[in-house]
Amino acid sequence: MRKLIIASVMALLPMLSMAAGGGVHLEKANVDIADQASLQRGAKTFVNYCLSCHSAQYQRYNRMGADLGLTDAQVKENLMLAGDKVGDTMTIAMSSADAKKWFGNPPPDLSVTARSRGADWLYTYFTTFYADDSRPFGVNNAVFKDVGMPHVLVDLEGGLKKAITQDDGHGNMVVTGYEPPISAEYEQVARDLTNFLVYVGEPIQLKRQQMGWKVLLFLAVFFVLAYLMKKEFWRDVH
Amino acid sequence: MGMLNNLMGWVDERFPATETWEKHISKYYAPKNFNFMYFFGFIAMIVLVLQIVTGVWLAMSYKPDAAMAFGSVEYIMRDVDWGWLLRYMHSTGASAFFIVIYIHMFRGLIYGSYQRPRELLWIIGVVIYLAMMATAFMGYLLPWGQMSFWGAQVIVNLFSAVPFVGEELSVWIRGDFVISDTTLNRFFALHFLLPFILAALVFVHIVALHFVGSNNPEGIEIKKNKDENGIPKDGIAFFPYIVVKDMVAFIGFAFVFAAIMFYAPEMGGFFIEHPNFEPANPLKTPEHIAPVWYFTPFYAILRAVPPLFGSQFPGVLVMFGAIAVFFVLPWLDRSPVKSIRYKGPKYTASIIIFVISFVLLGYLGVVASSPILTLVAQVATVLYFGFFLFMPLYSSTKLSNGIISKLWSVGTLVLFVLLAYYWIAVIGLPVTASLIAAAILLVFHFFFATVPVFIRPVEAKPVPERITK
Repeated sequence: MRKLIIASVMALLPMLSMAAGGGVHLEKANVDIADQASLQRGAKTFVNYCLSCHSAQYQRYNRMGADLGLTDAQVKENLMLAGDKVGDTMTIAMSSADAKKWFGNPPPDLSVTARSRGADWLYTYFTTFYADDSRPFGVNNAVFKDVGMPHVLVDLEGGLKKAITQDDGHGNMVVTGYEPPISAEYEQVARDLTNFLVYVGEPIQLKRQQMGWKVLLFLAVFFVLAYLMKKEFWRDVH
Repeated sequence: MGMLNNLMGWVDERFPATETWEKHISKYYAPKNFNFMYFFGFIAMIVLVLQIVTGVWLAMSYKPDAAMAFGSVEYIMRDVDWGWLLRYMHSTGASAFFIVIYIHMFRGLIYGSYQRPRELLWIIGVVIYLAMMATAFMGYLLPWGQMSFWGAQVIVNLFSAVPFVGEELSVWIRGDFVISDTTLNRFFALHFLLPFILAALVFVHIVALHFVGSNNPEGIEIKKNKDENGIPKDGIAFFPYIVVKDMVAFIGFAFVFAAIMFYAPEMGGFFIEHPNFEPANPLKTPEHIAPVWYFTPFYAILRAVPPLFGSQFPGVLVMFGAIAVFFVLPWLDRSPVKSIRYKGPKYTASIIIFVISFVLLGYLGVVASSPILTLVAQVATVLYFGFFLFMPLYSSTKLSNGIISKLWSVGTLVLFVLLAYYWIAVIGLPVTASLIAAAILLVFHFFFATVPVFIRPVEAKPVPERITK
């Protein structure tokens, strides 16, 4: 039975990606911003692999530490370059002119990328780098075609994968799978990094959600009281 | 108590405090049969206050500078204490304001609140709506994201379609040849100023309302039936009765508002568009530029009109016409009764068609256009205007002997046939689609512009003397 379900889901998958309409099918990121361990791993990947070219210029180190359950000392020791202050934002040393020369386009600031692109897009982007000799850095990406960025996470993925492509019936080659397939460990790396960027996109969001239901509960009680008061006042009207 | 009375007496000799309180609050008599639809004027006022208060506080940290605006919004979201809450209240409030006002206007539409003697009240309301749209449009530029920039670019470019002076007009509005730092600065100044003008207009709106009195779902004038003390028999004092009732509605509204603000502040990209989290970039045009949802019906109407004689100006005119037509609504309705409850099924049908076209246009303004969708938008645009422009015909309870009505009916029929010909023969759309579109228009014309003029006028139901339900 389970095999049957899996088989039918697999058969339906191409239809799903068609339904996504023109764009490449995005994998679900399934991130959880309440998962501090995941956020901490994501932060580590971010500062080690992304932060040399990409800034997160609106994110302060100490705010990140406080939200991720780390002390200022831990943040300083593990997640910062010597010389930066813990109240600084995550900026980079590379000038935008140099960046333009080296990459064609300056690498964008990643403070709110999770809000413009969405978590699923980021997750799919991180997991779909593949070998392509026609590109300057020898890699291409399934959701960001001809991206100017090298696959900086290649070490974490344990080598570059090849794309298995197929004609979509309209003369376009679409990526249908990878050889070797994406490993579970790397999926976790991508998920943690995505989770971290979702957090960086809006650091308050967890507190916002934790606060929301209390406000709603207050209003619900207030509503009942206001309704009873209205009923009392209107008793003599009808 | 005695001292308080003395104080009140002292004030009343110098300022009509008690008199004003009684005239507008404690002895202002509103119909007792207000239903759900009558909450939204009150709620709109509270949202306006909310927008002004949060706006003033946001302005304390916001920087109207092309190099700093985007960052200052993120600064508010991250570093200003409760800044995120102020910002989300303001962004959710903007959309909520339009939802509330659209319901408020719809209420006026179905219960005939624009009819005599409330024509001016309605017109002041339309002016408020226009001022609100201008305020929202300018405010949307301030976060300085991609959609802020390109949305403003598209809208200001509309003015360049005006013949002869268009180019200069658009440069005059922007203060530059493109949307720039100058534009951002002046839009900020105007976005700060306009809400206070809006508040003044709301004051005038209420003065007019309290002079003519509130309409109600029955469309009965309660002032026609007064008791020996001059108090309307079907009226009820605004304070405390209407106030305690409005409070319940307001808290219900606040619940929905808070649910959105705390759990879906972007509202799936409708209240805050996703591309607006990318800083404005004049060198990078987004693939698809969509205005915020509350402007999309008018944007769809703009796109539905093809350029004539190489000019976009007709589309711009039609789009502004879609709003301007509200000004003449009181004189288009020739029905002797006000409320939809007594106007007969034909009026109900026309309202339903109008709402469907408005919502459909709103949807079409969000998505990228295609030839078929443009056809749909054209049909919806004609139905939108048909609601207003056929109203003199289908709202009259007498068969018109006037030549104007007959000419209007026949003339528009000829126009519809020409439009169908244009779809089928000129632009060469798939025949089935064109025929369906043409059929919709002809059926619409038959029921709302042919039958009421030549065959049988609508029958209004008798309106009761007093409010019974």
